[in-house]
Amino acid sequence: MSIAPETAARVAKLARIKVEPEALPALAAEFNTILGFIEQLNEVDVEGIEPMTSVTPMRLKRRADVVTDGDQQAQILKNAPDAREGFFAVPKVVE
Amino acid sequence: MSELTKLTLAEARDKLRAREVTSLELTEACLTAIEGAGALNAFVHHTPEIARDQARAADARLAEGDAPAMCGLPIGVKDLFCTKGVPSQAASRILEGFLPEYESTVTSQLFDAGAVMLGKLNMDEFAMGSSNETSCYGNVVNPWRRGNDDTALTPGGSSGGSAAAVAADLCLAATGTDTGGSIRQPAAFTGIVGIKPTYGRCSRWGIVAFASSLDQAGPMTKTVRDAAIMLGAMCGHDPKDSTSADLAVPDFEAMLTGDIRGKVIGIPKEYRMDGMPAEIEKLWADGTAMLKAAGAEIREISLPHTKYALPAYYVIAPAEASSNLARYDGVRYGHRAKIAQGDGITEMYEKTRAEGFGHEVQRRVMVGTYVLSAGFYDAYYNRARRVRALIKRDFDEVFAAGIDAILTPATPSAAFGLGEMQDADPVQMYLNDVFTVTVNLAGLPGIAVPAGTDAQGLPLGLQLIGRPWEEGDLLNTAYALEQAAGFVAKPGKWW
Repeated sequence: MSIAPETAARVAKLARIKVEPEALPALAAEFNTILGFIEQLNEVDVEGIEPMTSVTPMRLKRRADVVTDGDQQAQILKNAPDAREGFFAVPKVVE
Repeated sequence: MSELTKLTLAEARDKLRAREVTSLELTEACLTAIEGAGALNAFVHHTPEIARDQARAADARLAEGDAPAMCGLPIGVKDLFCTKGVPSQAASRILEGFLPEYESTVTSQLFDAGAVMLGKLNMDEFAMGSSNETSCYGNVVNPWRRGNDDTALTPGGSSGGSAAAVAADLCLAATGTDTGGSIRQPAAFTGIVGIKPTYGRCSRWGIVAFASSLDQAGPMTKTVRDAAIMLGAMCGHDPKDSTSADLAVPDFEAMLTGDIRGKVIGIPKEYRMDGMPAEIEKLWADGTAMLKAAGAEIREISLPHTKYALPAYYVIAPAEASSNLARYDGVRYGHRAKIAQGDGITEMYEKTRAEGFGHEVQRRVMVGTYVLSAGFYDAYYNRARRVRALIKRDFDEVFAAGIDAILTPATPSAAFGLGEMQDADPVQMYLNDVFTVTVNLAGLPGIAVPAGTDAQGLPLGLQLIGRPWEEGDLLNTAYALEQAAGFVAKPGKWW
């Protein structure tokens, strides 16, 4: 399968990475190289094989569903590029 | 350079306990070595005040006779580990200015065990790379050179700063992380030891995530004994990482007897690749002969799905990365792009991520986005996870048939020149991890041991792969190999 520059633009959009239109053909070519390499997987007979969900056959631990942490507003906001009145500040989200 | 920085962890520990040297003396010697090694670009954030405070505290503990495993030993920490109040950027512009409010579990365990942090070490951006050329701090330079040729070589990646720093005796040891070979390949390129433990041995809490089902931390050290000492301090159960194994941590160092009589070593025929350099082939044959001479039984084995490990990895790792790196959006931490009049939040995200992520990271995030997108999820992502199950089954079967450890080359070549792969397509660079990536996909422990040099005097490493959770036995086999190989070469100081 070959990826066109329009598909590369769509993927960039989904990934929320701005790619200038003039960079799209080169990006599409790189995707094609990588996907071409990945295509080898089609040679493998995977009939009856379940997709791996956990590499170690260990049951995930459970704990009581209770609050174990909190009251860290200042620490959580400490690294924010823009924090105001105890909240993260962002550009306008809705018109 | 002071002789003190050349000590192994074990030697320094014994001298500290015998009160022949203080941690502060060791620490000052390392800080001086680091100051004189700017040309290597290994240390990117220096923490001399923290180091001196920790060294004084360690000396006080030693004076009281309380000397845990790493007490007073100066180490470097890969920039991927969050360290409280100290820049932790994963070598990315997008985390510029980020100062964690918490300490990763691995570093906090090391500090509890008395270790001294000298600073943060360079790496590939978000651990994505095999040559340390994707870092926002610039390339790390390998302390090794080809004979008298002054071409700058890669230390490998992604833990390139860790590898260069240990090989150049700037610190006694360093932490690394390994998602597809990022501890073992740079260890091999710099003539040091690096072990990636079984998935779940080390807590991933507080380590910047790349591909969560593959990432593991591990030590990078001068000797196998040092790897055993430091790994013991790094691993153990952590309730903050749900994939961390609730298993007792054995005394790895006590398991280093060097006796491997009767052990069965597998030699996988699929790792004998077309076009493999004769030097690598010979190194592998020599290593096999050494283990045989030490009393091990050698058996040819087959791991039939080996060929599909790299393509499966380059679906699974980017897919997980695209999900993990979604958090870098310019809202909670790190870089935020300046936005234009009329820009909304989507433009802010897109500009922030375009400015903050380097080219390789952008490419992998987008490949991951593509293989997870509607219509391709089954064809790419689910197929890769099924192939991954087959790769693991290959290993399960040989271990069930009595194999104790598997010997392979660590890398397909010695260290290459920085910039040499610039014009190659990305897949060429990915081939560096051809021998290591299977181990991450199967969640197994793997260790790189320096075993020889090529014709130009560059170090070459062999890899041993062990059974899950049997790092102690694996380290012991590695110890026997290290003893037999007798690798003692060091890079000549030019920096």
